Amino acid sequence: MRLTIPEEEIMSPGHLACQGCGAALAVRFVLKGLGRNTIMSIPACCCTVIDGPFPYTAYGVPIWHTAFETAASAASGIKAGLDVLGRKETTVLAWAGDGGTFDIGIQALSGAAERGDDMIYVCYDNEAYMNTGIQRSSATPYGAWTTTTPVKHPKNRPKKDIVAIMAAHRISYTATASIGYPEDLIKKVKKAKESEGTKFLHIIAPCPTGWRSRPDDTIKLAKLVVETNIFPLFEVENGEIWKLSKKSKGTPVIDYLKLQGRFRHLKEEDVQTIQMNVDKEYERLLKRCESA
Amino acid sequence: MMKVIMGNHALSYGAKLSRVQVIAAYPITPQTQVVELLSEMCANGELDAKFVKVESEHSAMAASIGASAAGARAFTATSAQGLALMHEMIHWAVGARTPIVLGNINRAMGPPWSIWTEQNDSLSERDTGIMQVYCESNQEVQDTVIQSFKVAEKVLLPCMVVLDAFYLSHTYEPVDIPEQSLVDEYLPPFDPPYKLDPDDPHTFGSLTDAKWYYELRYKIEVAMNKARYEWKKANEEFENIFDRGYGLVEDYKCEDADLILITSGTITGTARITVDILREKGKKVGLLKIRVFRPFPIDEVRDILGSAKKVACIDRNISFGHSGIFFAEVKSALYNLSNRPPIWGYIAGLGGRDVTPESIIEIVKRTEESDKPEELIWIGLKR
Repeated sequence: MRLTIPEEEIMSPGHLACQGCGAALAVRFVLKGLGRNTIMSIPACCCTVIDGPFPYTAYGVPIWHTAFETAASAASGIKAGLDVLGRKETTVLAWAGDGGTFDIGIQALSGAAERGDDMIYVCYDNEAYMNTGIQRSSATPYGAWTTTTPVKHPKNRPKKDIVAIMAAHRISYTATASIGYPEDLIKKVKKAKESEGTKFLHIIAPCPTGWRSRPDDTIKLAKLVVETNIFPLFEVENGEIWKLSKKSKGTPVIDYLKLQGRFRHLKEEDVQTIQMNVDKEYERLLKRCESA
Repeated sequence: MMKVIMGNHALSYGAKLSRVQVIAAYPITPQTQVVELLSEMCANGELDAKFVKVESEHSAMAASIGASAAGARAFTATSAQGLALMHEMIHWAVGARTPIVLGNINRAMGPPWSIWTEQNDSLSERDTGIMQVYCESNQEVQDTVIQSFKVAEKVLLPCMVVLDAFYLSHTYEPVDIPEQSLVDEYLPPFDPPYKLDPDDPHTFGSLTDAKWYYELRYKIEVAMNKARYEWKKANEEFENIFDRGYGLVEDYKCEDADLILITSGTITGTARITVDILREKGKKVGLLKIRVFRPFPIDEVRDILGSAKKVACIDRNISFGHSGIFFAEVKSALYNLSNRPPIWGYIAGLGGRDVTPESIIEIVKRTEESDKPEELIWIGLKR
């Protein structure tokens, strides 16, 4: 078998991620895909902490820690500075969680995407504010428990469709990826690196702490979320050409939900509702892919 | 070259002459002409800079910080609500030690909406660690931008160049725009000791516990203190090359003055004329203009005011529940002197209300006639 994952480890062990952290794997894989000539802009998120406290650092590339809502705007400034100094080969990577992307950082992200500032923006999505203690974000899925959506009132609205929002900016490349499929993920990172302007990658990154799942189920969950069509893998080019990256296995959502304590309170009818919603969304995606 | 330009364009020319490399800015009245002219200069190749047309002031400052961290000289400009929106990132620029220069047009904060001058916007940034310089004329605005980069890059702190809305931003005055070669002689290219560089990777701003954070704050104060010296030095070098200069403060007819007025911004020009008028009438009045507000020129203020019999401070700002802000700062600077003059605090001109020679004569008269210092006197208030 051809080895598609670069062997070189840029991220060091000894970081501060929880056991079974999907986000730490996402950093590791994306940096493998990009190489060392990369600068990361990281707003407040789990990855602020995972990197290690001063004076330690784990990521192996220059890191610019920045305020919560500024992953994209700081990256725009870094890129402008590098350009004017003639260092155009360096990749600028904005790296934010779902809160920093879907919620507080969406304005700066939209601004950068509209300007087409040359950067790869990665949202590693663990579906809540995990760093502050599992509060709901607009990426939290329907029905999930968080500390601000208690079991008596779980989240009653669907997850925001961030990929469609980014695709609507007509940026050159938008894609979803999962740490459960590293070859696909790294292929997309490389494609993003070769594309022009703003590129957006939405990476699902299971969080045992917040999802109330077993640390050794992280990879299983990262695969199941794709297999159930809850988080299908696809690409969008120039906001127009939608392409599925993996064919559906159509695994029932219950197989994914039952491994996570955050869904434990759900009744059978709730699971049915989720299944219906997932099927409907997947149909919508297929139509987009066909019409493209 | 002498040119008649508006205060906003004086900021643009100052940035251009400083060879800024990245500009990130968002439009707001009364700042718009600053960025319009800079956009034009970038577009026609007069200025070799990247202009990031951000979607908010918050992003303007975040992008300026990023550019500065990458090693580029960065400039931005804003006003009032925009400055308030930047507030979080001004703290960030200070902590990150990025020497950005920010032009701020003093404008009153809403509500109610106002676009006219008042200093509460810039003074609300007092405790962030950004340096602040208040300008009196368009010439001073242009020159202060150039001086600010010189000082900011020496001490690695950002600097705010402040000018009054309309009274300066939209007023045309003759300005000597120097030869680029002279400015190049004065201001070397930006060469920060640390920057984002994949060949020498460092992490900036990571989680820092109480074991280290305290010392990092101390270093900011050390830099601010060093800036007092650097402002003096930067001004001396500036005078040598350009034959004009500005101190941290300017004292006007203070040596023999019984009463010294304190001003900042454009009220200074009015006060200077008023001092002349009163001097002709035999009144021993002097004027202290505070130009550099952060770092606060504590030694100069003590030296100049120490011998006065009475001091009257005019504030186009207010710290609600206390007093005018310059007043409070001056009073605290004088407190530990054994011989300190009594000081009267006057609020004037909020929201762009005109402060005229008559207003200043009223302030002088009231101070002269009063035996006991008052801390909060509203001039020209309709009751």
